[in-house]
Amino acid sequence: MNLEEYKGVYVFAQQVDNEISSIAFELLGKAKDLAKDLNTEVTAVLVGCGIKGLADQLAEYGADKVIVVDDPELKDYRTEPYAHALASVINKYKPEIMLVGATAIGRDLGPRVSARVATGLTADCTVLEIGDFPLQPVPGQEQLHNQLLMTRPAFGGNTIATIACPYNRPQMATVRAGVMQKIEPIKGAKAVVEEFNPGFTPDHKYVEILEIVKAVTETVDIMDAKILVSGGRGVGSPENFKILEDLAEVLGGTVSCSRAVVDAGWKPKDLQVGQTGKTVRPNVYFAIGISGAIQHVAGMEESDIIIAINKDADAPIFDVADYGVVGDLNKIVPKLTEALKTAIAAAK
Amino acid sequence: MKIVVCIKQVPDTKGGVKFNPDGTLDRGAMLTIMNPDDKAGLEAALRLKDQYGAEVTVVTMGLPKAEEVLREAMAMGADNGILVTDRVLGGADTWATSTTIAGALRNLEYDLIITGRQAIDGDTAQVGPQISEHLNIPVISYAQNIKVEGDSVIVERQYEDRYHVLKAKMPCLITALSELNEPRYMTPGGIFDAYKKEITVWGRKDLKDVDDSNLGLNGSPTKIAKASDKVRKGAGEKVTLDPDESVSYIVDKLKEKHVI
Amino acid sequence: MDFTLSKEHEMARALFKEFAEKEVKPLAQEVDETETFPRETVEKMAKLGFLGIPVPKEYGGQGCDPLTYVMCVEELSKVCGTTGVIVSAHTSLCCDPILTYGTEEQKQKYLVPLAKGEKLGAFGLTEPGAGTDAQGQQTKAVLDGDEWVLNGSKCFITNGKEADVYVIFAITGMVEKRGRMQKEISSFIVEKGTPGFTFGTKEKKMGIRGSSTYELIFTDCRIPKENLLGQQGKGFNIAMHTLDGGRIGIASQALGLAEGALETTIQYVKERKQFGRTIGAFQNTQFQLADMATKVQAAQMLVYKAAMAKATQKVYSVEAAMAKLYAAEVAMEVTTKAVQLHGGYGYIREYDVERMMRDAKITEIYEGTSEVQRMVISGALLK
Repeated sequence: MNLEEYKGVYVFAQQVDNEISSIAFELLGKAKDLAKDLNTEVTAVLVGCGIKGLADQLAEYGADKVIVVDDPELKDYRTEPYAHALASVINKYKPEIMLVGATAIGRDLGPRVSARVATGLTADCTVLEIGDFPLQPVPGQEQLHNQLLMTRPAFGGNTIATIACPYNRPQMATVRAGVMQKIEPIKGAKAVVEEFNPGFTPDHKYVEILEIVKAVTETVDIMDAKILVSGGRGVGSPENFKILEDLAEVLGGTVSCSRAVVDAGWKPKDLQVGQTGKTVRPNVYFAIGISGAIQHVAGMEESDIIIAINKDADAPIFDVADYGVVGDLNKIVPKLTEALKTAIAAAK
Repeated sequence: MKIVVCIKQVPDTKGGVKFNPDGTLDRGAMLTIMNPDDKAGLEAALRLKDQYGAEVTVVTMGLPKAEEVLREAMAMGADNGILVTDRVLGGADTWATSTTIAGALRNLEYDLIITGRQAIDGDTAQVGPQISEHLNIPVISYAQNIKVEGDSVIVERQYEDRYHVLKAKMPCLITALSELNEPRYMTPGGIFDAYKKEITVWGRKDLKDVDDSNLGLNGSPTKIAKASDKVRKGAGEKVTLDPDESVSYIVDKLKEKHVI
Repeated sequence: MDFTLSKEHEMARALFKEFAEKEVKPLAQEVDETETFPRETVEKMAKLGFLGIPVPKEYGGQGCDPLTYVMCVEELSKVCGTTGVIVSAHTSLCCDPILTYGTEEQKQKYLVPLAKGEKLGAFGLTEPGAGTDAQGQQTKAVLDGDEWVLNGSKCFITNGKEADVYVIFAITGMVEKRGRMQKEISSFIVEKGTPGFTFGTKEKKMGIRGSSTYELIFTDCRIPKENLLGQQGKGFNIAMHTLDGGRIGIASQALGLAEGALETTIQYVKERKQFGRTIGAFQNTQFQLADMATKVQAAQMLVYKAAMAKATQKVYSVEAAMAKLYAAEVAMEVTTKAVQLHGGYGYIREYDVERMMRDAKITEIYEGTSEVQRMVISGALLK
């Protein structure tokens, strides 16, 4: 493998139902930073059926070039034809970096492709940067420059590791949704669009899609929720959880609770956070009227952002909260819901 | 039908994460368990065995101590256990791991290979799909329901906002979600029987069609540049304001952190 | 002498612990509060073979040793004394005598479904006038053609009404022993639903409130002749030998209760703050815990030793008596101290130690009071 041959930062521009997924724009935003550091271009790889028209959107979000693989076999996501498409692009165009979203599609496609093109893949990255490997010079080992350094949490978020892929190309990463920033779209921006079809011949690896069932929003497992609005005994009554549910709805979050609430019979056990309940790690955890017993904290302290509202200024929950608000939840929460509604509407 | 289930022994990160006084992870103090997604995969295999009749073989790669999860799987009802262990396999990333396991699986007959979606220590979700690539068979990731129909499997494959009902010809590989089912318990008698059975131990020489350059630390394309245990964060800010100011305070913080 | 458990036993313990934590603990408070027999838990345990752990596989059991069975009762009792005694009474007092004294037909008919957990077992020896003094029996059985006719009543019967199969003791005549007339006692297998077999009042108890404790009433209850268990007239020996095993089960229950209370208390003293520090930081707490833990450990050794004795010795009355005597007294002492260390909260229903202390008391009483155990032990010493 001649590493020098591999150039450019590539992004798998995931689309579903011919609509580009938000992750694709986020990846383009990051790819632009990386391309700048490497003095190279950003290429989006768009795979699907009848999707050529989407290329302009990718240009607006930062793609200099769009490679379109358009084929009837690619109508709905299936591992094999998509892996064939992306692997063929990699083999032909030889990108230096290949970014894929850590979505239900990307986390299937990424590993299959990486195995096919025989390179490393770092999963679920939260930080990507260009730097040296090894980070510090090591006697007797050549320090390589302009490497993609991929940082990711592991061990249930208890450790973080920075990974490089120094001797194989492309350097592949799947990236967590919601972490990278998209750029402000540049209206009217155009990219070089190149169509490429490696040919698709169904074989035993092509699975058949019998049915596509779009999910009606079910109750989300609190362990999968990105935003949790969690209530404790301080909420006062099962009826009063309504104000938490309203807040959760505005943020697209889910309601959870402390053990005291389950013991009181206000909420079912599957919503309980803590040592005897579930361990959660949402992006945002609201602890509302929760004092913060050790058992509870053990189940939520790894949340990215913890916001606590409690009238007791000495409540232990404030020892783990990033943002603690001392006050009456009955006064604050409904107002917060309204304020967020306004703020979200304004941002749209 | 012959089903192979790939399982991994992992530290129990749920509920029992232990820290050293300096805030680093105390790995020695943590118990090991069978990876939850793998256990769901095993349960799925055992249900297929109950339903259609099947021989279930569990395979794990790891230190000799990983034998424990094979015994556990056998106490739940798996028929055979294979431990792939060798010093030269240590330090493997997902590429080298999947290469190793594929090398082991080439010795076996199988209609179905089931792996967990991901392990709770690495959280990569890569090894299953990579094994399928090495073995040149179809993969169905994120399975939430599995049925067998003739020479095919019918699987509900989960996505964020939908699921696909997929049909694949066997042999094929499926990665299981822990939501797939509630794994059964072992039985007391099953435990004692499991310890009476032989476990097959394979080393480097038993791997089929595998190049040395693709194994272990040296065969891993990804290299760790830096690893650190996440230091626990302490208390953040605490404010006492009137309700309206409290609301603005929280909204500002959510904006600052790009939540809204 | 090696005090480490085998890997099999370690894994079995992990299984019992996981089951207890996930399936039993969440119900413990409710089962106590509402005095409800945990039927669903029993069904789950049946499916997993927990109701036939020491029964050989050919009779539908798990084929494990007494130690494995003991660990099961121990782990269940750590979180719920009620669940512990249900398994203990079923296994030690019903499966065991049928396994030991039953005919092949009786084993096939009764032991197999019992061990598989399809049926639940109970044991009826105690009567209003015959508790510690088992010779004071009044229930009679008279052979009439091909049937035994039972009349009388039994009280304080664990698993009463919930059980399907009962091992019952009754007088079958008088025999002369050293010039004195003595009651001849025999044992029988009686099925629930047999005409003439009814249940009296359900007892309201201080502890193990979810276990179903009933009076059994026999009024011209006719059972087949072949339901005589063991030889006619050997009932007293069967009862005593069965109770030796039963005591190991109750000792395990007591051990579990003590361990559960200790673990709960260790957690609590690490969190509860008084005078600006956790109560675990006070030397009084530390010393109390040290004593509690030491006694729990000693109790465990006696219980495990008794279990091993049952596996390897023909007679293990003294081992069983010592294990039960000590474990029960430790259970009472440790749970009482646990309540004390919890302070006011320990006296409140919401806190598990309150229930554990109530549950512990019975272990000093049933299947032979502590006084009876002392008689057994000293009797052997002075023989």
